[in-house]
Amino acid sequence: MATEERRMILEHIDQPGYDNSIDCYIKHGGYEVLKKAILRKPEELCQEVVNSQLRGRGGAGFSAGMKWGFLDRKSGKPVYLICNADESEPGTFKDRQIIYKDPHQLIEGMMITAYATQTKLAFIYIRGEMYDGARILEHAVEEARAKGFIGENICGSSYSCDIIIYRGAGAYICGEETGLIESLEGKRPYPRIKPPYFPAILGLYQSPTVVNNVETLCHVKFIAEMGGAEFAKIGTPNNTGTRVWCVSGDVQKPGYYEFPCGAITLGQLIYEVCGGLNPGRTLKAVIPGGSSAKVLRAGERYQGKLKDGTEFDWTLDDIPLDFDSVSACGSMSGSGAVIVMDDSRDMVQVLGNINSFYAHESCGQCTPCREGSLWMKKITARMADGDAREQDADLLLSIAKQIEGRTICAFGEACAWPTMSFVSKFKEEFSEKAAQQKSTQHPLV
Amino acid sequence: MSNLQSIENVNVNIDGIDILVPKGTNIIEAAAQANIEIPHYCYHPKLSISGNCRMCLVEMGMAMKDRTTGQSIFEDDGTQKVAWIPRPAIACGTQASAGMYIKTKSELAKSCQEGVMEFLLINHPLDCPICDQAGECRLQEFATDYGRGYSRFVENKNVKPKRTILGPRVVLDDERCILCSRCVRFCQEVIKDDVLGFVDRGSYSTLTSYPGKQLDNNYSLNTVDICPVGALTDSDFRFKMRVWFLKRTKSICTESSVGVNTEVWSREGEIYRITPRRNDEVNDTWMADSGRDIYKQVTADNRLRKAKSNGVSIAFDEAHIRFTEIFPMGKTAYVGSSHMSVEEQFIFKKLIQENPGPIFWVNNKGEGDGLLISSDRSPNLRGAFITGLINELPKDNLDGLLELMNSGEIQNIVVYHQDITQYGISPALLKRHNVLYLGTHFNKTSDVARVAIPTLTVFEKSGTFINQQFRLQKFAQAVPGPVGLMPDINTLTRLISILRKESEIASSLPLIWSEMNMQIDQFKGLSFESLPDSGVLLDASAFDKINFPEVQSLHFKPNSAILAK
Repeated sequence: MATEERRMILEHIDQPGYDNSIDCYIKHGGYEVLKKAILRKPEELCQEVVNSQLRGRGGAGFSAGMKWGFLDRKSGKPVYLICNADESEPGTFKDRQIIYKDPHQLIEGMMITAYATQTKLAFIYIRGEMYDGARILEHAVEEARAKGFIGENICGSSYSCDIIIYRGAGAYICGEETGLIESLEGKRPYPRIKPPYFPAILGLYQSPTVVNNVETLCHVKFIAEMGGAEFAKIGTPNNTGTRVWCVSGDVQKPGYYEFPCGAITLGQLIYEVCGGLNPGRTLKAVIPGGSSAKVLRAGERYQGKLKDGTEFDWTLDDIPLDFDSVSACGSMSGSGAVIVMDDSRDMVQVLGNINSFYAHESCGQCTPCREGSLWMKKITARMADGDAREQDADLLLSIAKQIEGRTICAFGEACAWPTMSFVSKFKEEFSEKAAQQKSTQHPLV
Repeated sequence: MSNLQSIENVNVNIDGIDILVPKGTNIIEAAAQANIEIPHYCYHPKLSISGNCRMCLVEMGMAMKDRTTGQSIFEDDGTQKVAWIPRPAIACGTQASAGMYIKTKSELAKSCQEGVMEFLLINHPLDCPICDQAGECRLQEFATDYGRGYSRFVENKNVKPKRTILGPRVVLDDERCILCSRCVRFCQEVIKDDVLGFVDRGSYSTLTSYPGKQLDNNYSLNTVDICPVGALTDSDFRFKMRVWFLKRTKSICTESSVGVNTEVWSREGEIYRITPRRNDEVNDTWMADSGRDIYKQVTADNRLRKAKSNGVSIAFDEAHIRFTEIFPMGKTAYVGSSHMSVEEQFIFKKLIQENPGPIFWVNNKGEGDGLLISSDRSPNLRGAFITGLINELPKDNLDGLLELMNSGEIQNIVVYHQDITQYGISPALLKRHNVLYLGTHFNKTSDVARVAIPTLTVFEKSGTFINQQFRLQKFAQAVPGPVGLMPDINTLTRLISILRKESEIASSLPLIWSEMNMQIDQFKGLSFESLPDSGVLLDASAFDKINFPEVQSLHFKPNSAILAK
């Protein structure tokens, strides 16, 4: 397998002389795909996306074509499109590159999507902290509107659609699509209960709504350009197209790297693409898809059968980087954020850090996540502080199990999975903490 | 009704019991039909589904069917094979559909209940002995029924504001709040006064009112009623009495002709609070704050506790004698009251027959709020129509009576409850007549009365009222009246029997009712004992032409009497 990148989304990003203006984008062939797409039938474009087997890049990896297919067309209500640019999964920084350095690529992808789904109005919900990104997008939207790519009669067709840039106020939960919709409606971003509030049926303003990630929408441009079948040839079956992997942590060259799905293994990414670990260090663990993905421990063996029936027997280094293989190993490729940890890391501290993030970001709507996330944070903080008890590891697991699957949104899993995986895979570290505790007897035990 | 019939009934199996419910009924309500309790906090039958407390998580499955033939698939033992969903579902947000199976006591359901209970308690103060909600706290009850019984939490609890004044009548203890959002939804959805909300995130979320605003609308105390824990408390009632000492009596609010169903909480003859009682046709589960204060009239300073003659206290028996001495002498006019019960009005009519004369009625006009206070601020104007005391709406004044008084055509005036000096009749003019007063409180009319006989408030007697919908509703005695006082019906019948020189005539509610259902068409077949708590809608067709003043409110349309036919 080659470790040479195949840059589609990132093709122009960081290239000398490439800037985020519309002129530069057009000079590199920009908006040509939109011009052609707008002459095709919307259903045809939707079918191309189905054929492409494109899966969402935001974290869940759900089929984009299927998502669009769920749109309630019978209600007669307008269809809305929302670009989820609330990139806030710890370890993820791919959408930011697109927004800051190639915003027109996103806008073109969005307008093709808008046309294909016959959207009345499109929104880009951008993370509040990305202030400059919002400015850049606003400017780019104005440029595109002036050139007729957004607004009335796009590219001279009878189709009209505008894009509105909306800044979040800085909450992780706004990345959850129904929380995002609530926030966009001007309310607290409490995720909605499903059923009945599926975005494709009762989304923004109770109307059918498509919510797609930035990277997903960019891929739509390539699908419209090369056709769904051709796009599906990139990567492996059911894991099509390229993915941008955001590597952070204890590697020599952290950064974002684009590869076709399944083209490289985790080991290749760490040792060949990212220049390996720091000198003298050994690999301890990898979180393969953002902080909410379950951690993978170096030295583990993963055996089983893939969906297509092929048997596998991998070490951590052998895991191909795509959707299904990482899932088969008990974790997920999520938002593509690979967090690498070497032997210098204290797993209790790492988990404490993750837990404090989730306790801070839990919206507080439903009980298990609201109370459980803070409880787990308090326990891991106490353990890291040298006041661990023997029973804490089991207690953490039990709390996490009481959250998983019992909450309104997927935040429950997001905050439970790190604890479940860290504690069960590094149990000895948690036990050791209890053995070396500061006080010999916990005052409350 | 035709609407309801068109909804398909579906069979849902809950804990092995088949329950037939209209399609779409939520599982909490469906289970309740079979007396299966599904614990819940955020769900309230009269508010939108929020699904946030997660206490009602249950295991759900669907009957397995062969995809090609559509035939049911059975287990080896012949029972229906069920495809159970591994992820628990919230019962409040799950709508009954055909072939649904629910387990509320399975391992998974129990583990969910234990888990949620534990989470709710970790940051909740466990000081039930000093909490005002103790005894009527869902947290306390469900912790006993569904909790683990011990705590695994050794960390420090969150600290939040205590004793926050949310409004003139509501005090909030944020540490006790479990963030179920019932109060928030109530303000948004029922009273449309969106003043409550949460600030901060996660476990630090705090209930508060919007900056510069207060929870001060006239329905604010409903938030206290629906608060499942001790977070929201009634500033009038809080820490006054343990609820398990209180006796609950079903009553009707006399604030207006809406006839809000209430519950009166009393101990040893003293009333401590009034709360709404659910009636889906009248007040749902709500009542106005102002109606909760009415019990204070029972112990008010101006309460008439002794019979008076020309301002001097006399014995009750003597008062009755004097009344019957003055009453037949000369022509008598009557001023009745919509605050009298149906039974009292019926007997009052009999008293009038002893010395027939013109009957006047005051209207108790006020402002309606379109929800649960109507513009007729009396509980029983419809009763006066049904008992035949009046046949047209009372006027804004008593000019007719004034004329008769000035012309000297009448000598006696029997006044019930009302202070007629407020309707343009001067005390000086009254003084020149024989005023015979019956009422609960003294006022300028009773001051000049030749005889004033004290009567009981709604809390001290039983009876019925007819509300704006022509719904006959009963109320029961909650506390005893002042020493020596008889119920109004007994007072009236005694007066009549003295006048007739007979031994006592029928004066118990059952007896009056057996008489009434013979004499009043609308009461045919009804009796006091069999009258359901939710009341009975009477045939109001005889009063179609009367233009009652009430405007639309929660469960009332001005022409509903006509529609009801």
